[in-house]
Amino acid sequence: MRIFLPMDSAAKSLGAEEVAAALRAAAPEAEIVRTGTRGMIWLEPLVEIEMDGVRHGFGPATPDDVAAILDGTSTKALGPVEDLDWMRRQSRLTFARVGVIDPLSLTDYQAHGGLAGLRRALGMSGQAIVDEVKTSGLRGRGGAGFPTGIKWQTVHDADAPRKYIVCNADEGDSGTFADRMLMEGDPFTLIEGMAIAGIGVGATQGYVYLRSEYPDAIAVMTRAVEIARAAGLLGADVLGSGKAFDMEIRKGAGAYVCGEETSLLNSLEGKRGVVRAKPPLPALEGFLGRPTVVNNVISLATVPVIFEKGAQHYAEFGLGRSRGTVTLQIAGNVARGGMFETAFGITLGEVVNDLGGGTRSGRPVKAVQVGGPLGAYMPVTKFDTPLGYEEFDAAGGLIGHAGLTVFDDTTDMLGMARFAMEFCAVESCGKCTPCRIGAVRGVETIDRIAEGDPAALPLLADLCETMQDGSLCALGGFTPFPVMSAVTQFPDDFARQKEAAE
Amino acid sequence: MQPAASTFSDDDLHALVNAHARREGPLLPMLHDIQDRFGHIPETAHEPICNALNISRAELHGVISFYHDFRKAPAGRHVLKVCRAESCQSVGANAVADAVLARLGLEWHGTTANGAVTIEPVYCLGLCACAPAAMMDDRVIGRVDAAKLDRILAEAGA
Ligand SMILES: Cc1cc2nc3c(=O)[nH]c(=O)nc-3n(C[C@H](O)[C@H](O)[C@H](O)COP(=O)(O)O)c2cc1C
Ligand code: SF4
Ligand code: FES
Repeated sequence: MRIFLPMDSAAKSLGAEEVAAALRAAAPEAEIVRTGTRGMIWLEPLVEIEMDGVRHGFGPATPDDVAAILDGTSTKALGPVEDLDWMRRQSRLTFARVGVIDPLSLTDYQAHGGLAGLRRALGMSGQAIVDEVKTSGLRGRGGAGFPTGIKWQTVHDADAPRKYIVCNADEGDSGTFADRMLMEGDPFTLIEGMAIAGIGVGATQGYVYLRSEYPDAIAVMTRAVEIARAAGLLGADVLGSGKAFDMEIRKGAGAYVCGEETSLLNSLEGKRGVVRAKPPLPALEGFLGRPTVVNNVISLATVPVIFEKGAQHYAEFGLGRSRGTVTLQIAGNVARGGMFETAFGITLGEVVNDLGGGTRSGRPVKAVQVGGPLGAYMPVTKFDTPLGYEEFDAAGGLIGHAGLTVFDDTTDMLGMARFAMEFCAVESCGKCTPCRIGAVRGVETIDRIAEGDPAALPLLADLCETMQDGSLCALGGFTPFPVMSAVTQFPDDFARQKEAAE
Repeated sequence: MQPAASTFSDDDLHALVNAHARREGPLLPMLHDIQDRFGHIPETAHEPICNALNISRAELHGVISFYHDFRKAPAGRHVLKVCRAESCQSVGANAVADAVLARLGLEWHGTTANGAVTIEPVYCLGLCACAPAAMMDDRVIGRVDAAKLDRILAEAGA
């Protein structure tokens, strides 16, 4: 008998290790394969048992459920996992293998299409590789949505003795976990994507800057790099091609701002993680002053499937200038939280109500924060906004890393606005005054509003304008999004406090 | 588990520093290793690091103080991190944090009198779909409530 059980940290955090121990005790002869998560976090720990070659799910499982799961009487039986609505409705390109394979088995990886993309790329010129990425329409999934192929072109064209591929795995945004899930569930995809990037632009060394808050992901990635090197996928002679590419995992040190690419590069160099002014672009003067591709985990991990299936296949998914798939992370106060990969174009309301099933508390939705701590609070009246970079921009929001945090009607939006300012103050790199001092003033000003000072609201708007205009990076520059969206979309939460104090 | 910080030799320290000195961007891996081994970045480590990397003490201090992770003094035997970020707040993280701090009689970054547990805020553990979240040392905990944390704190001896 083959049993599959995630070792993803979300599954672990809900008791997967205890379930694994119970399974081992009850079925010592069974083969237990540890996988990533399918992304249905509300069903974790999700046990899958192979019957006639089809994987049947049981979840959310506890150790007490194990006996019934094994003898076929469990009330937590879900049927074939691939037939579940959540799975059938997805277009899993980047996450095709996550939750399916043993993350550290290169054999499994190749049996499911792994390395086909790199093998194809190794037969192409650097320029052809860059062109393929351009044709795919892939845009950076880390937040800014910059076309990946154009960034690669700059690095490709730069003349330098040494170039780098740096993977941004700092994933600091609340409501996001796709990078973590990918690294824990299919690390070779990221390695393969970085190798293709390196071969394409002529970089021989890669670094993954991985946040220290993710010990499980660090362990899996570190092991995967060792396995890949031993198998000749990394090193002086990548898959026997004569081309060199190697990489290393580097651990962050708990600073949110180090997700900003220039701050990240400073940190990687061993400096304070302060933001650098651009230009020069990291593509020209990046790590140690050399041309450097900095890309998000999902951007790089999507590269292998683009080369495996062809750029055109990837570009056929999507909406307008947002090509391919978006890896939605549905989080917070939501009945069905998890990761859902689908073509761009699905509406916000569909995601929250239809996929997410509304709030976990059962109360009405009040707001959804899209794009992490620098993203706007979207009210229910904006639920018809389609997920697309331009569409969200037009609605006064941003997609960012595509995390959605759902809040119910008990949420105090003044409190959330205050938190946004507090977070900015804690995490500011300190380089510019509007951010460093402004965020502290922001907290004080919101406290005055809470105390019923009517003069404080216009002050807050002024302050936000100053931060927006005078900040070097999006930490100071975008914190006004959550703050001012809360003020304009939920004015009662800012007025009610006033009355209470009168 | 935080390693004991009481005894270490200069040889250990130099070995750790030298192990990284020739890497590209050696300082963060070096500091992480030193902290993993000693539980904090001891003052006595500054000179060997500065010498190995040819940087000033002021520069080194600037780096250590910039990052939330690096400690100037050892933490408790265990470190409990409780997430304070938005997704966790949407399902009651503030109340959970308040309850735990009150139970321990501590402020953030405080350590219990018996040295068992240090409590720290963290901003997202990537467990936002099963929030609120916390982490005891390297062990992740999803959908926490005050009762679950009580149990985990008791196990840790707090
Ligand atoms: C304050 C701040 C934090 C950021 N955090 C991240 C992060 O955690 N991960 C990430 O990929 N990009 C982050 N970014 C965006 C990066 O600066 C950069 O745009 C990205 O890594 C480029 O990769 P991409 O083109 O593949 O998206 C952040 C930006 C800012 C301003
Ligand atoms: S906006 Fe804030 S975080 Fe960004 S560079 Fe300025 S001070 Fe640093
Ligand atoms: S916000 Fe708490 S784990 Fe992400």
